[in-house]
Amino acid sequence: MHNPKHDHDHHDHDHDPHAPQKDHDAGTASAYEVLEEAVRALLLEKGVLSAQEIAASVDLIDSRSPALGAKVVAKAWTDPAFKKLLLKDTRAALKQMGIDIGAAPEFATVENTPEVHNVIVCTLCSCYPKMLLGIPPAWYKSIAYRSRTVVDPRGVLQEFGVGISDDVEVRVHDSTADLRYIVLPMRPKGTKGWSEDKLASIVTRDCMIGTAVAQAGVVRN
Amino acid sequence: MGAFQARGQPMPQPKRKNMLRKGADGRSTHDVGGLEFGPIDRHEHDLALWEKRTDAMLRLLVGPEKRAFTVDGMRRVIEDYGQQQYDRTTYYEKWIRAVRNLVVEQGVLTRAEVEARMDEVRARWEKAGRKTSKEKIPW
Repeated sequence: MHNPKHDHDHHDHDHDPHAPQKDHDAGTASAYEVLEEAVRALLLEKGVLSAQEIAASVDLIDSRSPALGAKVVAKAWTDPAFKKLLLKDTRAALKQMGIDIGAAPEFATVENTPEVHNVIVCTLCSCYPKMLLGIPPAWYKSIAYRSRTVVDPRGVLQEFGVGISDDVEVRVHDSTADLRYIVLPMRPKGTKGWSEDKLASIVTRDCMIGTAVAQAGVVRN
Repeated sequence: MGAFQARGQPMPQPKRKNMLRKGADGRSTHDVGGLEFGPIDRHEHDLALWEKRTDAMLRLLVGPEKRAFTVDGMRRVIEDYGQQQYDRTTYYEKWIRAVRNLVVEQGVLTRAEVEARMDEVRARWEKAGRKTSKEKIPW
């Protein structure tokens, strides 16, 4: 589906995802940054929000990370009863681990097997299992990922360096505001006898989106 | 770390031109599933502080204690953005604009208050040595 001749003006920079970049916040403030300052100041003055509430909410954002999802995956890899519950009723399984998803929308876990590889997307916007993975990466919210994953998942996975052989079915799950997904990756070879903590260390964010597969030698940042 | 500095890397630049919605006959701007938008920019980034605060404000305003507006309302504002604006704004730019529009729609703030405060913020930051964009954000 993807046409390499298509003109994309965001593609004139180099493509090392880890290349150092200049900090844009130190430069000219965009009108949107000015707007954020203005709206926040007004809401504080009117007592709609408090500075403490905003600080606590920012802390909550900072505290959420794929480490939590990785813990869930590692438990599912080592505890068959937990895994069964996770696949059947994700909310209940998380509760068992002390993770209360509260008012969050419905949540489903999809399992990778030797026959099926799952990948998640939100074509309309950015629905994502934030509760377990934190803020989604920019590419998850990009129009390119949103548009193409549902029509050319194997091509998209190839861009992420994941080759899925033709005899493996690829299932794409389009998340909505009311139903979100997380991928339970396959436990890789060479991890026999590993502790849950050690297992969790190789469960990367992208494994739980489906744009990577877990590998014994690849540790989460 | 200066007052205006955030950690990490910038958000990827949005597309600066109006992208064609080839084959999107009659669809809404945000409804892009199955269309063709080329390679995925996989740069990682940390959020700027203003982006985190935007996220924080939204969570609080739609939360059970405040109920200033709903997530569905927020989506409606973003999805009704014209295609040109939709394509040329980043994720949190869309969000903060939607927060602005909804708090005004709900009578929490007025347009005049927001515009006046933006002028004040610009003046204050310029005085402190930081340039600010004069761009108008469409309502």
